[in-house]
Amino acid sequence: MQNLALETVAPVVESVPVPKITAKDVNVHYGEKHAIKDVSVDIPAKGVMSFIGPSGCGKSTFLRCINRMNDTIPICRVTGDLRIDGRDIYEPGLDPVLLRARVGMVFQKPNPFPKSIYENVAYGPRLHGLASNKVEMDELVEWALRRAGLFEEVKDRLKDSGTSLSGGQQQRLCIARAISVRPEVILMDEPCSALDPIATAKIEELIDELRANFTIVIVTHSMQQAARVSQRTAFFHLGKVIEEGVTDQIFMNPRHELTRNYITGRFG
Amino acid sequence: MTELAQTLSPAPVAGVDFASGAARARLKKRYRSEARFKALGLAAVLVTAAFLVLLLADIIRKGAPAFFEHRAQLSITLDPATIDPKGTREISELRSADYQILVRAALIAQFPEASDRRSRRELDRVLSSGAVDDLRSAVIADPSIIGQTRSMPLLLSADADLFMRQKSRLIERRKGAGPLHVEGEGANISIAGGGNVFAVALAEMKTLLAARIRAATAELAGLQAGGTSATVDAKRAELEKDIAALQARAAAATSPETLTDREPSLIVAIGGGLLKITEIGSSEAKAVTLVPPKPGAIITEWSLLKITTPESNRRVSDRVAAWVETLSARGLIENGFAWRFFTNGDSREPELAGIRGALIGSALTLLVTLLLCVPIGVAAAIYLEEFAPKNRLTDILEVNINNLAAVPSIVFGLLGLAVFLNAFDLPRSAPLVGGLVLALLILPTIIIASRAALRAVPPSIKEAALGLGASHQQAVFHHVLPLAMPGIMTGTIIGMAHALGETAPLLMIGMVAFIVDIPQAITEAATVLPVQIFLWSDLPELAFQSRTAAAIIVLLGFLLVMNAAAVILRKMFERRW
Repeated sequence: MQNLALETVAPVVESVPVPKITAKDVNVHYGEKHAIKDVSVDIPAKGVMSFIGPSGCGKSTFLRCINRMNDTIPICRVTGDLRIDGRDIYEPGLDPVLLRARVGMVFQKPNPFPKSIYENVAYGPRLHGLASNKVEMDELVEWALRRAGLFEEVKDRLKDSGTSLSGGQQQRLCIARAISVRPEVILMDEPCSALDPIATAKIEELIDELRANFTIVIVTHSMQQAARVSQRTAFFHLGKVIEEGVTDQIFMNPRHELTRNYITGRFG
Repeated sequence: MTELAQTLSPAPVAGVDFASGAARARLKKRYRSEARFKALGLAAVLVTAAFLVLLLADIIRKGAPAFFEHRAQLSITLDPATIDPKGTREISELRSADYQILVRAALIAQFPEASDRRSRRELDRVLSSGAVDDLRSAVIADPSIIGQTRSMPLLLSADADLFMRQKSRLIERRKGAGPLHVEGEGANISIAGGGNVFAVALAEMKTLLAARIRAATAELAGLQAGGTSATVDAKRAELEKDIAALQARAAAATSPETLTDREPSLIVAIGGGLLKITEIGSSEAKAVTLVPPKPGAIITEWSLLKITTPESNRRVSDRVAAWVETLSARGLIENGFAWRFFTNGDSREPELAGIRGALIGSALTLLVTLLLCVPIGVAAAIYLEEFAPKNRLTDILEVNINNLAAVPSIVFGLLGLAVFLNAFDLPRSAPLVGGLVLALLILPTIIIASRAALRAVPPSIKEAALGLGASHQQAVFHHVLPLAMPGIMTGTIIGMAHALGETAPLLMIGMVAFIVDIPQAITEAATVLPVQIFLWSDLPELAFQSRTAAAIIVLLGFLLVMNAAAVILRKMFERRW
C-alpha cells in the first residue's frame, strides 16, 4: 500500500459554495518533523466538515492551526496561507487570543474547569465583556446551556461543580462553554472518543443542530460519525489531504485507493 | 499493517508448564522473596517507630517538670515604711523599694531562729529572686494593698524547686522506734535513745567506710608503682595511717561515727523540728538544730531522714533543705503550672527563664521569611514553569535552583553575615536579617514545590481557557494557579517548618546572644526557639536541662501545628474542585 501515490485528488465539486476558512499550502513542522505537508482545504460556512484519517496523520495538528493553538508549542512552525473570511489569521498584526474568541474549540477529553457549571459557561463571556450585568449573564448562560441541550438537566444545580457531571454532560458543558462567546467557528477534536454510544448520539444530535449557526470542523476516528454529522469530509494521510469532498461521495465513491482502503477498514 | 497480512508462525518456545518442579520452585522462591521483603519493611517501620517513641518519651519525661513550679504560700506584711516611706505612692518610688526585706521577713516569720546575718543569707536561697520581682509587680499593679498582710505565692529558687521534685528519691525516711531524749539547743544537742535506736543507721555509715578504704588502698597501690622520693614516701605513710584508722573505725561496730558533708546527711525529724546529726552512736547522737522542734512535743514519735547525696555534692544545703521540707510539712508549698515559662524572656536563673522572647523572635523571623518567600518563590516558579523560554539559560537556572536546595544551611548564614551584616550594615541579631537568610534558605524549596504543583495541573485546563480566548497569563492566573495552590501552600508550609527549626545560619548572624528583653520589632535583637534550645542545652544546671526539653516540646508542637495546617489547607482547597 505504501506504493500507492500520495498525490491528492482534485475535488469533484470544484470549489466550496461559500468558504469560511480557506487553507492554501499549509505546512507545519515540529522541530525536524514535517507534520503537515502542503494542505489546501476549503471549509464551508454554516456546515460540518470532518477530518478523518489514521492516527498520527496530522488532522488534529491541522485543526489546531485554525485557532493557532499550536502557537503554545515552542518548536511548532506553521507556514502557508490560512484565512478566515478572507483574512490571514497568521498575519503579524493579528492577536491569537482574539482569534480564539472567534474560533472556539472542544477537546477530545471533556475538560470542564473545576468550578461551578455556571462559572464554566460564564467564564468566556466575562473575559470578553459580553454581559454588562448579572441578568444578562444569567440569560447568556441559560442560552448557551440550552443550545448545548444541557439546561434542563442542570438548571437546579448550576452551583454544582462542572466535574460532578457525567462524561457526556461534561462534554456538552464544554460545548456550551465554547458557544457562550458566540464564536463563528467551532473546532471539535474527537469530541466523542471518551464517551459511550448514548452520550455520543446526543453530541451528534447537538452538532447537527448547531450547524445552522456555526461553522463546525470535527476530527473523528469514527467513519460512521463522519458520515452521520458532516456534509464535507477530508481524508488525511501522513500529513497530506489525500481526498476531500462531499461526505456522501467520499464514503460511497472514493476516488483514491488509500481512501477506499481506509473507509473499508483495511488499514488504520 | 503489513504484519497483519503475515500468517502467524509458531512461537520459538513452548508455553510455561506450571506443574513442573522448576516452575514450582520459581513460585516458592517468589513467595519467599515477597515474604522476606514484607518482613524487612515491617521491621524497618517498627524500628523507626520505636526510635521515635523513645525520643519523644525521653523528651517529654525530661521536659514535663519545666511546665510546673513550686511556690511557697507565705503571709507577707506589705509594710508602708519599707515600700513607700514618703507615702507618695509614686510608681518610681514603688519600683525602687527594697522588697527583698519583706520577702525575707515573711520567711523569718516562719523560722524565727534564722534571724542572724548568716542565716538570713542562707534563707535567701530558699526563694527565687523572681519572688521579689513578683511582689514588686503586684504592688505596682495595685498600690492599695500596701499596709495589708496578705498571703502570696512566692516562687522557690531552682535549687529548692529541684529538692522538692527529687525529695522522694533523695530522702530515705525511717520511722523511729522507742522514745528519744533530746537535750540542749542550737548547735549543741545530744540525743539519747534506749535499745540501739541508731544501730541500723550506724551500720550503714560503717559500710560506707569500706568504700573509702578501697579508694585509699587503690591510691596507695598507685603510689607504690610510682617509685620513691621524699614526698611520695611521706604521702604513702599518710595514706597508710589513714587506712589503718579507717579500718579500725570499720571494725569497731559500736564506736560512734562523726558525719561530715562528704557522707549522707542524717536528720532526726522530731516534734515538727529537724536536727542534723553530727556524730552518731548506736543509741546516742550529737546534733545541730536545723529547725527547732516545738517545745513539749511528744518525743516518742520521730523519724530518721537520710539524704543519700552528701551535702558537698548537692546545690541545696541541709539547712535550706530542712526549711523547704518544713514549709512543705506545714502545707505551705504548692505545685502549679509555670505560666512564666511562656511569659518570660530568657534569664540566668533557670526558674525564671521562659521562651516568650524566643517565640516572638521566631514569629517575627518567620513573618519576614514568609513575606519575602511566598511572593518571590511563587512568582519565580510561575515564570519558570509557564513563561520562561526553554533555553540553555533557563536550564542552567533550573539546575542551580535544585543545587541551592542542597547547600548546607550554614553557608547561607555565612552569606547573610557577609552580605546583610557587613555589606548592607543591617543590625546584628535581628529577626529582619534572620528572616532574610531563612528566606534565601527556603526559596529553592518553595520554587521547586511550586513548580511541581504547577506542572501537576492537567494541561487540558489551560488549553480549555486558551481555547476560549483567554490570554496565556489569564489562563495561568485564573485556572492553573488556583489548582496548584494546595501544592504551593503545602510546599510553603513545609519550607516554613524547615525555617522554624533552622539553627546554624542564625548562629552566624548573631541570633545566638543572651537576650532577656522580648523583641518588639524586626530590627531589635532577638533569638529564636531552636537557638534558645541550643543555648540552654549548653548550661550545666539541671533545671535548664529540663527547660531545654520543654522548649523542644513547644517547638515540636509548633511544627506539628504547621504540618497539620498544611494538611488541612490542602484538604480544604482540594474540595473546591
